[in-house]
Amino acid sequence: MPSAALRRWSVRSVALGYLLVVLMGPLAMLFWRVWAEGLGQAWSAVTEADTLHAFQVTLEIAAIAVPLNTIFGVVCGLAIVRRRFPGKGLVNAFVDLPLALSPVVVGLSLFLLYGRTGWFGPWLTDHGVRVLFALPSMVLATVFVSVPYVAREVIPTLREIGDEQEQAAHTLGASGWQTFWRITLPSIRWAVIYGVVVTTARCLGEYGAVAIVSGSISGRTETATLRVQDYYENIDQAGSFGVSLVLALIAIAVLVLMTLLKPKEGTA
Amino acid sequence: MSISALNVSKRFGDFVALDDVSVEVETGSLTALLGPSGSGKSTLLRVIAGLETPDSGQIRIADEPMDGRAPQDRGVGFVFQHYAAFKHMTVHDNIAFGMKIRKRPRAEIKARVAELLELVQLQGLAERYPSQLSGGQRQRMGLARALAVDPKVLLLDEPFGALDARVRSELRIWLRRLHDETHTTTVIVTHDQEEAMEVADRVVLMQHGRVEQSGPPLELYERPANPFVMSFVGQANRIGDGWVRPHDVQVLLEPNGTTREALVSRLVHLGFEVRAELVRDDGTPLSVQLTRDEAERLELEAGQIVYIRPTRETVFGS
Amino acid sequence: MTTFLTVIVALPIAALVWSSRSDGLSSFWYWISTPESVSALKLTVAVAALVALTNAIFGTLIAWVLVRDPFRGSSLVNAIIDLPFALPTIVAGLLVLALYGPESPVHVHAAFTRAAIYLVLLFVTLPFVVRTVQPVLHEVDTQMEEAARSLGAREATVFLRIVLPSILPGILSGVAMAFARAIGEVGSVTLVSGNRPFHTEVASIWILNQSSSGNATGAAAVAVLLLAISFVLLLAIGGLRRLATRHERA
Repeated sequence: MPSAALRRWSVRSVALGYLLVVLMGPLAMLFWRVWAEGLGQAWSAVTEADTLHAFQVTLEIAAIAVPLNTIFGVVCGLAIVRRRFPGKGLVNAFVDLPLALSPVVVGLSLFLLYGRTGWFGPWLTDHGVRVLFALPSMVLATVFVSVPYVAREVIPTLREIGDEQEQAAHTLGASGWQTFWRITLPSIRWAVIYGVVVTTARCLGEYGAVAIVSGSISGRTETATLRVQDYYENIDQAGSFGVSLVLALIAIAVLVLMTLLKPKEGTA
Repeated sequence: MSISALNVSKRFGDFVALDDVSVEVETGSLTALLGPSGSGKSTLLRVIAGLETPDSGQIRIADEPMDGRAPQDRGVGFVFQHYAAFKHMTVHDNIAFGMKIRKRPRAEIKARVAELLELVQLQGLAERYPSQLSGGQRQRMGLARALAVDPKVLLLDEPFGALDARVRSELRIWLRRLHDETHTTTVIVTHDQEEAMEVADRVVLMQHGRVEQSGPPLELYERPANPFVMSFVGQANRIGDGWVRPHDVQVLLEPNGTTREALVSRLVHLGFEVRAELVRDDGTPLSVQLTRDEAERLELEAGQIVYIRPTRETVFGS
Repeated sequence: MTTFLTVIVALPIAALVWSSRSDGLSSFWYWISTPESVSALKLTVAVAALVALTNAIFGTLIAWVLVRDPFRGSSLVNAIIDLPFALPTIVAGLLVLALYGPESPVHVHAAFTRAAIYLVLLFVTLPFVVRTVQPVLHEVDTQMEEAARSLGAREATVFLRIVLPSILPGILSGVAMAFARAIGEVGSVTLVSGNRPFHTEVASIWILNQSSSGNATGAAAVAVLLLAISFVLLLAIGGLRRLATRHERA
């Protein structure tokens, strides 16, 4: 075999071999284990009351967090790319911060803010408002960790498109709102959609931050991911793999969407 | 170090880039591969360099067959149209690259780079990065880099194509002088016939993957093999079955029995030359080239009727 | 917009930093230097560094194959690379545990060891370097490589001297992200490591445990230290990036 072809094949083999071991191995386990435990067992675990409630909590959180971060992401992206204001660098840094933070750090910081001994603690207790160990803190945690995603898609797209179209719209008499709705938003819609998909995946998969602030109370403040851990700790393999399968199937659906929507390399 | 391309063919999918092309390049000569886009000239150059593999045929350099030999082992120097500068290395390191990978001693590298910098007139720019150089400077660096390893042959792929007109013509003259000094066998690819005529000892004119004609520039100009060659290497007017060069047309103010009538539609003054756009009695256009003196003597102006006669005509067999 | 950012991000972080020093500097120092927390921090940084290094090598390799050597099925492989982004981390942990745990089908029993942490972090950080290197690799001027070959460079030299310097900024970005992720990872590590103090307990788990048992101050102290380590590292990598691209700004 000529050395060029040999070189190509060995590089390819090493890369694919690595992927096989690191990526495909664990993935294969999912289907294998669910099969081993029995689909029936897995199904009954998935449809248990507490588990269904956990899915419901997950979806509720996502239903709040995703729209919030989408709006924020678009507004923030527009401000950063199209406007001048003091502290832009700081804003940019804060938007990217959640990417570098450990989820436990996020959870802990919320704990220190809203806990009984936290900054807002006394005020909250006085007014009978429960943030920690309840849905509000879980939403806050999930919003925190998923802040960057829509913005990070919108910003480079806005930069690449440039503002000529918007300028043209203004010269033709369009108001700020009309320009945004008819020109800007449509031009970034695929970036926004891609960002929404990634944000949703992040919200559905969040574990560490929510684990700290929710207390993981079954039937009350458990999300689907916390439920997996719950089952695991109770040595309920069918349960943990069953819920994992559902989450993994959602993840694969997300992956398919991401692949279809991903901006192509080298095109606007 | 001669170059021979023998019956080289190459396709890219359905597109035939080279169709049984044979070319001989003499040792020490400067040969131009000339032709329009898609003629195969760049492909041929890259096949000679080993950057493309031909489907059939053979390349010989210094009479050694190059079959299966990688570009690394052919001893060619290649200069690219868009410079292909190593962006992350200084000018010095770019030029020294070939020597460094051959593990030449530091002192030798330093001396040779200095020598080359002087040759290409980039002294003092050794520590700059390519992004800090102009296009012309980058290309001179590219040449120095290729020459640094004493290549057997020098191959230039439209080296001045990305530069503006003035820099182009300066570098043309400079390249010819360089060649006269170094006598390295050189092949230059260009679509600019003026460039080929000015710079080369021999011109190989190609079209659609085939060689139309090859020979000294003057030969292609004076004794073109076919209408394509005639109209590519210079201006040519079609008169009936024959072809006439703009400067081979006599312009008279009075008919004399052998002349035809024509109307001056436009005069273009190009410094020393005057180009007269004429319209003949049968409505066909004719481009005539005169010296400024001739035009003045005839007192030519637009709208004037003149009488023309070709002094030299080329007719091609069908 | 800034209100949103402040309420959601800035305020909590401020509370964190404040709390870490609220009991005084000596308390901060105490908590970051207990044997258990030191052990957890050392393990965290060491494994994260190893993971970052592994990704630098294999991530680049994978990006190379996807960009330069497309084969039948490479678009499928390309799509799968993002799976660790989409999959919940707890599920990742569960799967790696199943693969290398007591009932491992391949008879590798690495669960509850440091190796398991390394392996699960490799899964979780897989996409980072691959995705940052791919676009940079696309942009490389292949004529530079041809020029190097014509000058006599062997393929390995062409890669090391010409391609690698050009894609280095991409590799460094990916490494930075992989490292930051590995340092803070919780969901996947908690299952596979067993969280044994002094053996397989990473800093994030230590923080989790401390905060659950009421030691918010201690947890905050180590959290801030972790933050500081990330920050320093990101600065260092940013500096390396600037160094690698200085020829562009010359």
